[in-house]
Order: sequence, then C-alpha cells, then structure tokens
Amino acid sequence: MYDAAVIGAGVVGAFIARTLTACRVRVVMLEAQNDVAKGQSSANSAIVHAGFDAKEGSLKALLNVRGSEMMENVCRELGVKYRRNGSIVIGFNDEDKKTLEALYERGVTNGVREMSLLTGDEARAVEPGLSPAVTCALFAPTGAIVCPYELTMAAVGNAMDNGADLKLNFKVDSITDRGDHYEISDGTQTIEARYVVNAAGVYSDAVAAMVGDTSFDVHPRRGEYVLLDKTAGRLVDRTVFRTPSKMGKGILVSPTVDGNLLTGPTSVDMVDKTDRSTTQEGLDKVMKEAAENVPAIRFNCSITSFTGLRAVGSTGDFIINSPAPRFVNAAGIESPGLSSAPAIGLYVRDLLGTLGLDVTPRDDFDPIRPALHGFRDLPAGQKNEIIKKDPAYGHVICRCETVTEGEILAAIRTNPKPSDLDGVKRRTRAQMGRCQGGFCSPVILDLLAKELGISPLEVTKCGGRSNVLMSKTKSEEVDV
Amino acid sequence: MSECELKRQLVIIGGGPAGMSAALAAYDAGIRDLVIIERDEKLGGILQQCIHNGFGLHRFGEELTGPEYAARYEAQVREREIPVLTGTMVLDITPAGEGQPIAVTVTNAASGVFTVEAGAVVLAMGCRERSRGALNIPGTRPAGIFSAGTAQKYINMKGYMPGREVVILGSGDIGLIMARRMTLEGAHVHAVCELMPYSGGLARNIEQCLHDFDISLLLSHTVVEIHGKERLTGVTIAEVDERRRPKPETRQYISCDTLLLSVGLIPENELTQQASIPLDRVTNGASVDQDRQTKVPGIFSCGNVLHVHDLVDYVSEEAEIAGRSAAAYLMGTDDAEKVNIPVTTDGKVRYTVPQTITRKKPVNVFFRVADVYRGVTLKVTDQNGTVVYTKKKPRMAPGEMESVTIRPEQFGEAESLRFSLEVN
Repeated sequence: MYDAAVIGAGVVGAFIARTLTACRVRVVMLEAQNDVAKGQSSANSAIVHAGFDAKEGSLKALLNVRGSEMMENVCRELGVKYRRNGSIVIGFNDEDKKTLEALYERGVTNGVREMSLLTGDEARAVEPGLSPAVTCALFAPTGAIVCPYELTMAAVGNAMDNGADLKLNFKVDSITDRGDHYEISDGTQTIEARYVVNAAGVYSDAVAAMVGDTSFDVHPRRGEYVLLDKTAGRLVDRTVFRTPSKMGKGILVSPTVDGNLLTGPTSVDMVDKTDRSTTQEGLDKVMKEAAENVPAIRFNCSITSFTGLRAVGSTGDFIINSPAPRFVNAAGIESPGLSSAPAIGLYVRDLLGTLGLDVTPRDDFDPIRPALHGFRDLPAGQKNEIIKKDPAYGHVICRCETVTEGEILAAIRTNPKPSDLDGVKRRTRAQMGRCQGGFCSPVILDLLAKELGISPLEVTKCGGRSNVLMSKTKSEEVDV
Repeated sequence: MSECELKRQLVIIGGGPAGMSAALAAYDAGIRDLVIIERDEKLGGILQQCIHNGFGLHRFGEELTGPEYAARYEAQVREREIPVLTGTMVLDITPAGEGQPIAVTVTNAASGVFTVEAGAVVLAMGCRERSRGALNIPGTRPAGIFSAGTAQKYINMKGYMPGREVVILGSGDIGLIMARRMTLEGAHVHAVCELMPYSGGLARNIEQCLHDFDISLLLSHTVVEIHGKERLTGVTIAEVDERRRPKPETRQYISCDTLLLSVGLIPENELTQQASIPLDRVTNGASVDQDRQTKVPGIFSCGNVLHVHDLVDYVSEEAEIAGRSAAAYLMGTDDAEKVNIPVTTDGKVRYTVPQTITRKKPVNVFFRVADVYRGVTLKVTDQNGTVVYTKKKPRMAPGEMESVTIRPEQFGEAESLRFSLEVN
C-alpha cells in the first residue's frame, strides 16, 4: 500500500512526487509510456516564464511567479542546466505596443520583478539580432531557459533515489475507491494507494472521469518546432517572443541551455491526443515567423523538427482541486506549466495535507542529484581522474556532442533508467547533434542491448514496436 | 596526465584513406616523427563498411572492395611503422601561437585527455551524411529512418537488417549502393526518389545498382510525409515542379517499413571551425592552396573533409599532395616565395579545389558543376576576361568530379582566375 500514487510522470507529476517524497509519504508514479517526460514535457518551448502572461489572480499567475523564483535553486539541487537569459517580447505596431503595455501592468500585478518597456532601438541594443521592423518590446530579465525533459528526469530520479517507485508502461484504466484507499488498475496489475494525484497531462480529463469528475475537458494543442544546430545557437541570447494573441505566445526564437537554437511553436487545436506529427504548413509557418523576428536565421542548419501537444484545459486556468475524497487533480497544466512545476508540487502537497495526508517533512531526504552530463564540462585534470578509474569516460561515442561511453553507461544505470535509444539520447545528448545518431546509434544500440541483457533485435527507438532492426542478414543467419 | 603529453612533428587527424595516404606521403618525403590519430579502433575509415567493389580502378587498375583498398594502405603504414593512436578522439585544435606549436587535444580510454604538440597538422576527418532533420520532412518520428551509411553499417558491420520494405530518398552513391545491397539481402526496394531532375550519383552506380535490379529511379520526386507512430508504416512521395515544390496532385502513398536517406554529404569540419580556419562556403571544407594548406600556416586538409569526392582514388591522390606539402613545410623545403592567386567560379562551376593556386608549378584543379550540362566548354579567364584555358566536354554532371591541369605559362601574370562554363 502506497501513501500516494501520482498518475503521470511528466514534469508536473515529477515535482509532485519529489515534493511528497521529501515528506513522510511513500509515493508511486504511474506512467503510461515506457519512459518519463514523454508527453508535453518532452516537447515544449523550454522556457521558465517570468510570469507576465497569466491573468491576474489566476492559479497560472500565482504558480508561475512562485515556480520561476524556485527554479534556479531546484535546478542546482537536481544538477540540471538553467540559464536566466531574460525574455524579450517584441512588437511591430501600435496595437502590439498596447498589448505589451497591458502585459507590463499584468506582470507588475503578478509580482514579476525588473521588467521594462523598450523602444525598437532599445530592444535591438538588448538583442542585436532582432528585426529592424521591431518598434516596441517588453523586456523581462527574470525569464530563463531549462531543458524540460532533463528537469523531469532529474526530479523523478531524485524522488526514486529517496525511495519513490516508478511504474512505466502502466496505463491506468480504472480507479476504484475502497473507502480508505484507491485501487488503480491498468487491466493487469493493481496498485493500492491511500491518495491519488492526477497529473496525466492531455489524459487528465479521462483520469478524472474515472472518479466521476467530468467537470472539465482537456484537448491537445499542437505546437511544432524546428531545432537548429549549435552553429546558430548564438544568433540571440534572450528568448524572443512575439506579442501574444488569443492562440498563444506565437513563434519564439530562443537559445537552449545546450547551445542550440529553438524556434516554434505553432498553435493548432487538435482532437487526436496521440498525433505528434509535424506538417509542412506548420514547419513553414515556424520558419517564416522566426525569420521575421530574427532575420539572420538560416534553416539550412536545422537538425530536427518535432511536435509537442499542450494539455489545454477547458477552464482557461490550471485545474488543481479535489473532486473526490483523497483525490487531487493537477490537470490542464499547459504553459506556464514547466515554469510552475516546482510550485505546483508544493501547492498539491499542501492540498493533500488539508485532505488528511501527513506531509511532515522527512529529515533524511536528500535533495541533491549529481548532474548526469557534468563530465563534459569538467577541466581536463578532473576528467583524467575519472578516466583513470573508469576508462570508458575516455572513449567518445557521440562525436557531435562529445559524449563518452562512460556517460552513456552511467545514464543507462541511473534512475529513471532508459530502455530505448531515445531514452539514452534524452539523458546524454548522444544522437542529438548534427548527425542525429548517424554514426553513434549503432554503437549505442549495442551498449543498450548488452546492458539490458537483450538481443540487438529487441532494442527499440522509443518503446512499443519501434524496433530498430528487423532480422539478421543472410550470412549471419548461416554462420552464427 | 602529463606523462602522456606527446610531441610530434606531424599529426594526421583521421586514419581513413585520406589520413593514411597523407601519412605515407609525408613519411616517404622524409618525415619520421609523425602520428595518425583515429577515433575508431581500426584504420580504414568508412571504407571498412563499403564491402562492394569499384574502388581503386584509377590507382591500381583493378576493382577492389573498400576493405581491400584500405588494407593496401594499412599494410604500407604498418611496413613503415608509422605510429597510430586508435580509439582516440580529437577534441580541439589550437593553431600555433607566437613561438608555440599547434596543440591538438585528444582523449582515449588508455590515457585520458592529453595534448599532442605538432609542427604541422593534416586534417583528414572525412564527412558525414545529412540527416532527416536537415530536410525537415513533415510527419511522425518513428523507427525505421536511417541514413544510407548507417544502414550500411548495420548490415555490413553488424550483420543486421534494418528493414524489409524500403524507400530510398536521394540518389547519392551510398543510397544507390544500398539499394542493391538491401535487395541482395532479400529486402524489397520500392523506389529511389531524387528531388533533382538528375541523379547526384555516379552513372555506373545507377546502371549497376538500380537498372540491373529493376529498381526505379524517380527523378524530380521527394518524400513529403512520413507515417507511423512506432515503426515507419509508409511514406507519401510527390513529384516536384521546376522550383522543387511538391505538386499536391501527384501525392502517392507507399507502404514501407524503412526509409533510407542519401541526401548529401557534409565535410566534418567542426574542429576546423573551432580552430578558426576559414572555410569555403560552397564546399564546407577549408579554403586551401595547391598544397592543400589552409589559411592557417602548418594546417593542411585533404579528402572528404576538404570537399566531398566521388572516388576514393582521388582522395588518396589529394592526400598525398597534403602529406608531401606538410613534409616540405616542416623541412623548410616548400616554395617560400609562392604567390597565390585566387580562383573564382561562375555558379555553373560550383567550386574549385584548390581555391588559390601558385604561379610556380602546374596545378590540378578539381571542380564540380551545378547541373547536368551537355556540349559544354570550360573556360578559364583572367581578371581582364582574357581566356587562358578552355576544355570541351560532351557532358558534365554534379555527381562526377572534374579536373583540369592549369600551367603557369598559360596564365602568366594573371592576378586572378575565373572558372566558367559555356553551354553550347
């Protein structure tokens, strides 16, 4: 019997689980996919928003500003890269200017510090790559960038290192209240937990419905991105937003913490919660608008494009409430969900406390998780001390991102453990560079097969039936 | 690990065909204090996985497989006892400062991170394949999409088939070779789609790898959408118009589990760029003189890291120039007062290598053209437009590298040369 089950191991579930694990709560995370951070936490703008977007008085506003203030310290604890690069929202006309002034006022009300309104020239002085057509801007130096899946994996791993359990491939299909606890089943296994938190992203409406809560819907909103090589990573230093409209914050251009340049997202309401495809129109729109913001962008150095699905709730705000006894929703967490996640963890903990869960802090909780890829940033002397103990750290496997065998093996052996090529990629950046795994994926496939004790034929790209290889060649069939 | 710090007169980065040829040429020119640094565990580079034949026709007058071609050079490297550091990755090159040698920082499992000081360096790192991401093909991101070279590695080096029902995008040579290879292994290659109205591959490969196996080459076609959530389930292809935009009415779905990409090779010049060595924007390789010396003194470049070659024979030939020149540089026997004149192109000639040439000796200039041209005249003119050299050819195509030898007596005191094409 667990004290609490958290359904969904995205960034929201991860921080709820970590926060509860820091209390005297035995936590299990239930994740439908074969890895953590596979939903919108895997594909979003990777921004820690300053907090001027959300409507005054909303949960979004409250938790964004709080989460944003917590983030730097959280990232330090979790060994996750974080950079407060500042956000700049650009406008091209008087209407934009009015919106920016309103945003500024809203930011002040929300408690965002250090914002300023700029003219076009002032904006270009802050960010020289901006278009000459920019006439006005809102500058928020407290905006920051972080890698969302790295943050999620680190938070889950830290929770696990402190005793939380993670069950992957556990797709909840029923939740039954047994009076003092819930039975949560995926059709084959049943987990018992006294309290349940619903952090199921785009599926959080379906999970809520399992306990009779049909008060809200969540629909997916497609956001397509194009990621550029590190050679383009210094085109801008700040995160460049366009003045927002009803459909979101528009196409942004931002450096990433790993030194790439990210452009996107589009914003298209969808029905299918599994459709993560990109479209020609979407990619064209991203490229066109990104170039309007920052004219020097050249997309011939793009290294990948992808789609994220935001979990857009029908209430317009985060849905954090208790619709049933000992059951809490953390639903409809779209942007600024990443920024808010650490604060959502605290908020949900306190809500569970009012529902009777003992959330007394543990004194043996270790909030520190060593960085998985700290190796590459070490000075040569320290690298050599590590290589002396483990020569695998001297052997480079991914040439584009300079990732060593030692780092890859460490990632395969560290909570939450990956089971496929994409899992290794997201933990180490191996296969994430300009050749996109062309050279190193066959080597990583072998390492993964060996570590997992499976045949290379069983290794998948991303779980399920995404096997990379299909059979042995003719000669291998004969000889081996 | 200061005990591992090395000093070498000449450091050659890369132990593929270019690196080995450069090392041999430098050795034979008198350099004994040299080392080849290779990231793989073995010499040979990409040739190791190219088990088809066709290598060495120009050099050896016979058709060798890739490993056989590499083995001939490796034997010579061993015979001369040229030191090789395998399993060693170069992390950084710092050009020579005042009174300072060039510093090459490397890492390997045995010795960790250490620096090799060098009097001269030959860059011979080869090239990589363009990936799907560079093309931004819309659709899903399932398993089953490989660059042709990655599929080749799985099949030829690992003994595994990456798929059964195959579509190939791009008619580069590796894609053509893999169309045949996968067919021989029992896979069904539905088609090779080529965006351009001509193939970028060698004519002989189109004949021997596609026509001989009844595999259709769809020119002016591309993949416009990728389908399948876990493993690839199909691709949508379409014909493109003259501006390479897909024509919606020609969209056609092909059910397949594998998409191979053979859509271009890119010289792997990240180290070169880090070292602030100027690159040619067309070749994506360093800009060099006739000795294959880059704009940074003492640093030479050759093979596919300099520009993508069609035949390994030319790689070896070019690498020998680089190796010999590096030796001359180190021994002070290179032409001290060489005056280099720039070579420009008209666009129909996309680029030349070298980018500058000397007045002191005949220079073999390699170039590629931008389109398929029939009945064409190459013209070399000086800065005043005076024609100093012409050569007629019935056909020139982007897939085949061309070369001409330009002699100092032909251009006399010219200050620059321009390569252009006149299509009859």
